[in-house]
Amino acid sequence: MIAELGHFALILAFVMALVQSVLPMLGAVKRDARLMAIARPVSIHMFLMVGLSFAALTYSYLVSDFSVANVVQNSFSQKPLIYKISGVWGNHEGSVLLWVLILVFFGALVGAFGSNLPAPLRAATLAVQAWVVSGFLLFILATSNPFERQLPAPIEGNGLNPILQDIGLAIHPPLLYIGYVGFSITFSFAVAALILGRLDAAWARWVRPWTLLAWVFLTLGISMGSYWAYYELGWGGWWFWDPVENASLMPWLSGTALLHSALVMEKRDALKVWTVLLAIITFSLSMLGTFLVRSGVLTSVHAFATDPQRGVFILVLLCLFIGGSLSLFAWRAPLLKQGGIFAPISREGALVFNNLFLTAATASVFVGTLYPLALDAFDGTKISVGAPFFNLTFGPLMVPLLLVIPFGQSMAWKRGDLLAVAQRLYAAMALALVLALVMLWSWGADNILAALGVGLAVWVMAGSVSELWSRGKFSSVGPLKGIRRIVGLPGSAWGTAVAHFGVGVTVLGIVSATAFQTEVVLTMKPGQSVDVGSYQVTFDGLSPATGPNYIEDIGRFTVRKAGVVAGTMTPSKRVYEASRMPTTEAGIMTSGVSQLYLALGEIHQDGSLDIRAYFKPLVLLIWLGCVVMAIGGGLSIMDRRLRVGAPTPSRRRQTSSSGTAGTSTSGAGTSTGAGS
Amino acid sequence: MNVRGRSAIGLCAALLFVMLTGLLPAKALTPDEILPDPVLEQRARELSAKLRCMVCQNQSIDDSDAPLAKDLRILVRERLVDGDSDADVLNYIVSRYGEFVLLEPRFAWHTALLWATIPLALVLGGYLAYRSMGARRREAEEGDHQFELTAAEQERLERLLDAQGGDDTYHPGKPGD
Repeated sequence: MIAELGHFALILAFVMALVQSVLPMLGAVKRDARLMAIARPVSIHMFLMVGLSFAALTYSYLVSDFSVANVVQNSFSQKPLIYKISGVWGNHEGSVLLWVLILVFFGALVGAFGSNLPAPLRAATLAVQAWVVSGFLLFILATSNPFERQLPAPIEGNGLNPILQDIGLAIHPPLLYIGYVGFSITFSFAVAALILGRLDAAWARWVRPWTLLAWVFLTLGISMGSYWAYYELGWGGWWFWDPVENASLMPWLSGTALLHSALVMEKRDALKVWTVLLAIITFSLSMLGTFLVRSGVLTSVHAFATDPQRGVFILVLLCLFIGGSLSLFAWRAPLLKQGGIFAPISREGALVFNNLFLTAATASVFVGTLYPLALDAFDGTKISVGAPFFNLTFGPLMVPLLLVIPFGQSMAWKRGDLLAVAQRLYAAMALALVLALVMLWSWGADNILAALGVGLAVWVMAGSVSELWSRGKFSSVGPLKGIRRIVGLPGSAWGTAVAHFGVGVTVLGIVSATAFQTEVVLTMKPGQSVDVGSYQVTFDGLSPATGPNYIEDIGRFTVRKAGVVAGTMTPSKRVYEASRMPTTEAGIMTSGVSQLYLALGEIHQDGSLDIRAYFKPLVLLIWLGCVVMAIGGGLSIMDRRLRVGAPTPSRRRQTSSSGTAGTSTSGAGTSTGAGS
Repeated sequence: MNVRGRSAIGLCAALLFVMLTGLLPAKALTPDEILPDPVLEQRARELSAKLRCMVCQNQSIDDSDAPLAKDLRILVRERLVDGDSDADVLNYIVSRYGEFVLLEPRFAWHTALLWATIPLALVLGGYLAYRSMGARRREAEEGDHQFELTAAEQERLERLLDAQGGDDTYHPGKPGD
């Protein structure tokens, strides 16, 4: 009964999405206030319906309703509560439902809080959003119904893939999806603007906060996933250039570019057309990522071809949305007026540079991920594109980007003075150089690249600090007033500095954990010790244990530093009852931001054990840096100027240009109807 | 046996540039496979990272626990001990398993587009950005004379800008201007 309710709510939501797709758009084009007024309540009700449906599925999981096929395949009555909940989106059907839930949630947000948008823009945006919603709801209803019954109901479910039974899974996909799907709003905004044929000030003001919001979640989601792979897969690596990872990296890269170009558009009215294109590309890459992960095309082109229903369906949706929006762009973009002129050496120029390299990096990930599939589909030639390719192509693109960050954020708009900026960054430059030289001196010329990497990271971090510092103007206003000045800087200035600082932190973590890691692979007998970095690790013995739904062998290790016991570590090998699948649980000991990492290999007859041990200096900085980036994004969203939003400036511009613009663009929240 | 992960060669050119990868870690390598000669072992590790585990999804043989990957790791080490160069080893493995085994595809006609994409994107993107900036500046010079400031206005503007010290500073008293 509950499952049928959920199914029915989903069908209702689909019907609403169809209505929403047509009527508000008609209203926006014909300037009919009544038709446009439909958009708002429908967007909210659509969210309620999909929410109801999602709640129904969650309920089926909570009570282990094994008459629902999806629950049978992915749950297990003995599973801990948290994994019963996270199991809802740990499978194909549930995760697509979560995807749509977030999609309609963002639509409802625009409906609820978009009162300061011009009515036609809001109605058209919600209509475009509803196109995407209808497409994906139809996909669920036609090919991936999570409420399908399985009768007679089995007594027990099949369990959840043990690798996925982890707190990381509970958090990672929702974060990632909020990021992915958050870009749908900028996409809908862009398409709506193209249809209406104008990009007004309200548009420019709205794009950046929405992009920032999605970007913050995507950043957290990706870093969370990376950390999860690091401790769960037991390989000690944290990024594998796996197509699934690449699928999330692509929208992140282009989303980062979008964030920066939207800034130029907002402040200087330039790069408008490019920003629209980026908004379309970014969400297209999000959809592409969904297609790659959900269609099975990655496992093998042929697996896709033998069970094509879902894959073909998403592929058609993809072609429709991406092809449609790009054609619309080609057709309507010439109508959009470009503004804001700037010299190459300027804040805008630096942001164009940023966009160029981020787009090229997106292209490198895109081509590396899809080229083997395309080649295979084209003439059956099989090639592999893996980590070595990406290291060679993606890496070099990041270096100039990082080098320019401190210059870019200190540069003036419109026309900058490179020399003056360099003088302001004098201290940061010196610090980076000195540290690189110290590294070189202490680690030897063999590690010149690592030393340069450390210098680069320090340069980015110190550049951010120096930017905030120089904004204080201590020399001219004195220390007290200077501190007040810094604290009083707008959220976006703080956000920029903090996010860029986070980039430097991540780079430092990457360089250090890669270049200065110590690795030991050996067979140990009980009682034996081995040196890992500055630690001595002693293998005490192996003991079996039983968990809630698995059995495991736990290796017990004592860790000493300079003879003093620093702690014990208990990496294990698990076998889950429901699936008989073995997994390794790495032992991790954190000291500061460095980690000692132990993974168990084969267990031999004589009680000895293969182990892999790593000491990874500063490794935690990789993910902490991402968190700092996300905090920077959050600070930027909080900027008062963004919250105040469009009304004030657009109303002013309105009065000055009302003769040509017409009344339809009224940015103020007071006039919801437009036209007469 | 102690394999020092910070050995220099392993980092090669990629290292500084490796912004997002766990390049070095040996995951699935087992102790019995390790060669006594650390230089040969290091070469074996680097080669292993470039070879795909044929039965896995996107794992190098260095990362994989699969038996086939282990066979390949041992094969690589045997060839190295026999005195093969790195290129010889790769050629040998490719001749047996096909090009699919290489994680970094060789440059050839069928991979030209793959390798050319990034330089093309940079050059083309740079050219387009340069051209559109140039075109807009020309357009502005030709079309926007009526908006040009007089010398006196220009001077006043500069004084105002100097007083503000960068237009990004927030002035609570004057929102939106």
